[in-house]
Amino acid sequence: MNRTTLQGVLLASSVLAGVGVASAADVTLNIESWRNDDMQIWQEKIIPAFEAKHPGIKVTFSPSAPTEYNAALNAKLDAGSAGDLVACRPFDTSLQLFEKGKLEDLTGLDGMKNFSDVAKSAWTTDDGKKTFCVPMASVIHGFIYNKEAFEKVGAEVPKTVDQFFAVLDKLKADGTYIPMAMGTKDMWEAATMGYQNIGPTYWKGEEGRKALIAGTEKLTDEGWVEPYRVLAKWKPYLGDGFEAQTYPDSQNLFTLGRAAIYPAGSWEISPFSSAGLKLGAFPPPVAKDGDTCYISDHNDIAMGLNAASAHKEEAKVFLDWVASPEFASIYANALPGFFSLNSTPVEITDPLAKEFVSWRQTCKPTIRSTYQILSRGTPNLENETWAASANVINGTETPEAAAKKLQDGLDSWYKPAK
Amino acid sequence: MSKARQSTIRASLVHLALVAYTLVALFPVFLTLVNSFKSKQAIFSQPLRLPTPSTFSLVGYETVMKQGDFLTYFQNSTIVTVVSIFLVLLFGAMAAFALAEYRFRGNTLMGLYLAIGIMIPIRLGTVALLQGMVAAGLVNTLTALILVYTAQGLPLAVFILSEFMRTVSDDLKNAGRIDGLSEYAIFFRLVLPLVRPAMATVAVFTMIPIWNDLWFPLILAPSESTKTVTLGAQLFIGQFVINWNAVLSALSLAIFPVLILYVIFSRQLIRGITSGAVK
Amino acid sequence: MTDLASEQGTEAAQRRPRRWHILVFLAPAVIVYTAVMILPLAETLRQSFFNVVDGRSVFVGFSNFATLFGDPRWSADFWNALRNNFIFFLIHMAVQNPIGIALAALLSLPGLRFAAFYRTAFFLPTLLSFVIVGFIWKLILSPIWGVAPWMLDLVGLKAMFGPWLGKSGSALIVVSLVSVWQFIGIPMMLIYAALLNIPEEVIEAAEIDGITGWGQFFKIKLPLVLPAIGIISILTFVGNFNAFDLVYTMQGALAGPDKATDILGTFLYRTFFGFQLQLGDPSMGATIATIMFLIILTGVCIYLFGIQRRIRRYQF
Repeated sequence: MNRTTLQGVLLASSVLAGVGVASAADVTLNIESWRNDDMQIWQEKIIPAFEAKHPGIKVTFSPSAPTEYNAALNAKLDAGSAGDLVACRPFDTSLQLFEKGKLEDLTGLDGMKNFSDVAKSAWTTDDGKKTFCVPMASVIHGFIYNKEAFEKVGAEVPKTVDQFFAVLDKLKADGTYIPMAMGTKDMWEAATMGYQNIGPTYWKGEEGRKALIAGTEKLTDEGWVEPYRVLAKWKPYLGDGFEAQTYPDSQNLFTLGRAAIYPAGSWEISPFSSAGLKLGAFPPPVAKDGDTCYISDHNDIAMGLNAASAHKEEAKVFLDWVASPEFASIYANALPGFFSLNSTPVEITDPLAKEFVSWRQTCKPTIRSTYQILSRGTPNLENETWAASANVINGTETPEAAAKKLQDGLDSWYKPAK
Repeated sequence: MSKARQSTIRASLVHLALVAYTLVALFPVFLTLVNSFKSKQAIFSQPLRLPTPSTFSLVGYETVMKQGDFLTYFQNSTIVTVVSIFLVLLFGAMAAFALAEYRFRGNTLMGLYLAIGIMIPIRLGTVALLQGMVAAGLVNTLTALILVYTAQGLPLAVFILSEFMRTVSDDLKNAGRIDGLSEYAIFFRLVLPLVRPAMATVAVFTMIPIWNDLWFPLILAPSESTKTVTLGAQLFIGQFVINWNAVLSALSLAIFPVLILYVIFSRQLIRGITSGAVK
Repeated sequence: MTDLASEQGTEAAQRRPRRWHILVFLAPAVIVYTAVMILPLAETLRQSFFNVVDGRSVFVGFSNFATLFGDPRWSADFWNALRNNFIFFLIHMAVQNPIGIALAALLSLPGLRFAAFYRTAFFLPTLLSFVIVGFIWKLILSPIWGVAPWMLDLVGLKAMFGPWLGKSGSALIVVSLVSVWQFIGIPMMLIYAALLNIPEEVIEAAEIDGITGWGQFFKIKLPLVLPAIGIISILTFVGNFNAFDLVYTMQGALAGPDKATDILGTFLYRTFFGFQLQLGDPSMGATIATIMFLIILTGVCIYLFGIQRRIRRYQF
């Protein structure tokens, strides 16, 4: 098998090289990504900006759909037909690729000095010694709301949980708007926009997340069950038939102006701002006014180098550029809501994106609790959390039962280091 | 008189049942087509209305036309589908004939061996398949897709065609042999015309999964110049999740080519049946 | 291959010692099929006996199978998927095939007008890709878009509407029915072709004996198309136990709500290729694939040796 693989890689390289010889000695780099939404931005803004400065290197962006990306990429990497550059999912998905030798070690890349350890954490080995992807962006959770709806019922932007539910009650009593646009059909909305959005406030962000990894806290502890209890209370404020409401349904409800509040990730900013609505945003509410607020500021996307690439030198030139402030500024402004991880601050012009990023000053950031280490085994904590969150909102499982099931699943394979 | 009336009633009942099911079958397609011509607001507020002058909008189609090279995608899909069907029918019919006509040791075993393929989805062999294609230098070529689809279509074709070939009269074939026809001539000149309806059926069955496949185009030939329509449409859905005009337009456009292919084959099917070959 | 062609047995073989034509007929199909399909699949099945230990692939015998059936989580998922798959299959057998046969019977009535139109209409859903079918039906059944609730309202049954795809009690049934809607063209076509294949003399003889209408269908035609019904049954079985795409496009890879629509195909896909943060596990995936293969093989053998032999075949 090994010999065929090697043979395959060699042949693949020659094939790729053959394709590259389109114009004289130009080298063509292929980028694999799951961000098919960004196709236009790459083609019209990012790639031209790079090619203008680096004649002789051509870049093509060839994304696949997010749902198929991991499976397709793994198959292509195994067979040696993957592109030179690959978009990296955060944490274990990419770490495993690195450990299998599919991704190049990029620790020594010049541009890496532009990133803090926190920014690199999602693409660094457990011992913190090697980094294998250039961080590109993080996403922040919060709530986006329709200003007109709030004016209509005379609601203020809520700061505390009680105020939050008071606003929802007002909206429900008024009846013009569906108070909150979220469904449980696709499940990940419930987990990501629900549990991971409001949860850090209860488990105290990084503190709780690290305690969970260390084994000193359990998912059945108060800080982890309470967010489920709050989620269960969302049910009456969701639209009719929310059990069958999909993610695009929720997006459409909100952008058509039929819903008032949208539990969001910052990546929604650019599609939403084209809807012609007056929008605002607020961070997850806290228990008492004056309490520390926590936000999920999650490292989401990076770029790595295929270890089997035939054009590593050119690819590193590109990666160095991805690490530059110039790229950070183009990317963050072309895609408001994807916040640069570069240490050089980026001037953001989009008002909604500015609002989101301002929470970094007032609230304590954390990453999604299930992403690092805890989703390495089977059953997979992240995927189980999707089902649990959906069940809790649907009312088919109690918060306590859901938490217990998650902890039991985790216990079955995860032994925290003592 | 009463008999004639009775048969009229019977005919109307038959048509009633058929029309009822036609509605069930066509309604979702109708819905897609109608809404692809409306503005986004109208799609949501009155999904069932026909487009009126105020709600009529081609914005979805405009978006589709601006994005990506759908004409190339259509061409790729057509080449892959037509060539694969041809190979599946030719190779499949030959093998089916061998299995149905001749008694040799290992016949049943060979039949079973060729049937294994209908039992496991070929998708499971993806990694090894991709390695093989890479080694052969076929990645990002339509040939890779054609090979995979031919292999994928063969088991079912052999299975169905051999079943039909067993119903072809032995007398006819033996008469041919007495007239001094070679086995090849018997196959191509006597048997093939007789199983034409079955061939058309197999062609249609083979065509559907090929045209609609998402997985192998994604893995084996994702490059811009070899992209198929289904892959193009899928990427499109990802790109415009909330732009339903564009999604509905892309979906509508993806329906037509396959419908045309079907009509071509179904003519063949009818001709085969009505030419009186089935005797 | 050579010993196959040089096989000596019947008198025919003695007259022509080497029947090369058999080889010629079989070779192209067997070569393409073996190289492109069987070898890659064999490689996958081989993996079900291997697992990665300390970064190296090691032969582990049946221990993957022991995990699948012994570990409470794996086995719960497996039995859940198998049970759902049987329900999926039974709904197809009970709804898709009878309706398909009925439609074919109506279409094959002599002198029927617009037959070509009906046939095309009934077959159209089968031509659509899963991408389209999943998208359209999700829209129709969407509680927000409201086509299904609105139509139920027309007949005064609005109260019956629910967010079916999101409820664990109804999701599997609804997905199965959408699949029936999509694939009904296949049994219809096969039975239709078989019905047209019945020689007119047989029908005329029946009519002379006074057997017409329903009686003719059940007493004469149905027995004659039994082999075709056998084929559609086994095709349905194989198709259903390989099904994946529709559940994947309608309910996602996690086959929600709460795995209520999880069938073997989606279970396999999730395991083999991974999903979201869950990494692909080729060993366990291959193990599930092997079990699926055995299930389907059993079904096909029952058909080939138990049923097909008993169905009388008529040559015309």
